Amino acid sequence: MTRARKGIALLSLTGLFVAVYLYLYKIGQIGTLVCGTGACETVQLSPQSRFLGVEVALIGVVGYAVLLLLAVLSLQPRFAGPAWPSRLLAVLSGIAVLFTAYLTALELFVIHAICRYCVASAVIIVLLFLLAARELRRSAAPAA
Amino acid sequence: MAESPSGVNRFYLVLGAVALAGIAALVYQVRKPKAVSIPANVTVLTADTAGFRGYLVGSDSALIEISEYADYQCPACQVFETIQFPAVREQLIATGKVRWRYRDFPLEMHPNARVAAHAAACAEEQGKYWELHSAIYDRQPEWADSRNAAGILSQLAGTLGIDRGRFDTCMSSAKYAGRIQASLDEGVRLGVGSTPTFLIAGRLYPGALSSDSLRSLVEHNQVPPAP
Repeated sequence: MTRARKGIALLSLTGLFVAVYLYLYKIGQIGTLVCGTGACETVQLSPQSRFLGVEVALIGVVGYAVLLLLAVLSLQPRFAGPAWPSRLLAVLSGIAVLFTAYLTALELFVIHAICRYCVASAVIIVLLFLLAARELRRSAAPAA
Repeated sequence: MAESPSGVNRFYLVLGAVALAGIAALVYQVRKPKAVSIPANVTVLTADTAGFRGYLVGSDSALIEISEYADYQCPACQVFETIQFPAVREQLIATGKVRWRYRDFPLEMHPNARVAAHAAACAEEQGKYWELHSAIYDRQPEWADSRNAAGILSQLAGTLGIDRGRFDTCMSSAKYAGRIQASLDEGVRLGVGSTPTFLIAGRLYPGALSSDSLRSLVEHNQVPPAP
């Protein structure tokens, strides 16, 4: 079990809660986002809060849940050897980073508002990707 | 690199603790009491309706006045507002033929209708009635079945440049509950039984009429409105 995979699991869980919080807001279960600036509502109520007809927050929930599941599974002793869990984590988190970059661009240039939860998620996913990349390098390196 | 069982267990403990903390925070957010409730069947005071006949748009010199009795949570009203009303505005109101009068008629079956009507009233205080009126209908699916419609409407108001602090204070006060009740009572007295219903030249027309039907009715009723 590596530190990187543990870190990925913890970050995925944290990201999952951020995404669930935003999704609960979108479906009307949470009245007001704890935001302070009001920019969170601007972003969450914008047309860009949906991607191909699906709530972006829901995409986040599913994405983080998949990463969490994969990270926890990869911590099992029988998956410690194979390189595929590391590859899959790197690929999925890489896709998530690209999607996050697209969403951040929308916030900056289309919506003109920055949601702090989106920033938190962006930081989480970038850290997660860096850990996944490190883990991939480690698993690809020949055993000493 | 192998790890001791105690190290593994410690990690799962940490993961479990984070999960519990997150779930507790989310449950708290969901169960947090929602402050706004607009009471029904309140006693209407004179002050509730003084100088207020409804929300008006259009020329004072228009020959026809159309009163719309509608419920923000009613799907048929939403269809009328989003599909037909833009054409009505363009062809009948902007041309000076019609003055439009919107009256709240919140139906009992729609628990968030009064909250929405009150939100629109609070927006009027800041000169944004028609902006929020349209937005409430446009975004009806987002708040209609929500446990906290007031929160969503407050956020919607914020996106329209409405001062959220003043708006939320207005909502919490429920100060327009009497005005909404008076509007409903007026509709009941006239015989309104469903929404939307239109009052044109003394006659009621129920249903989400098309803009063409309304234009035709206007053309056949070119008489001055009652003073």
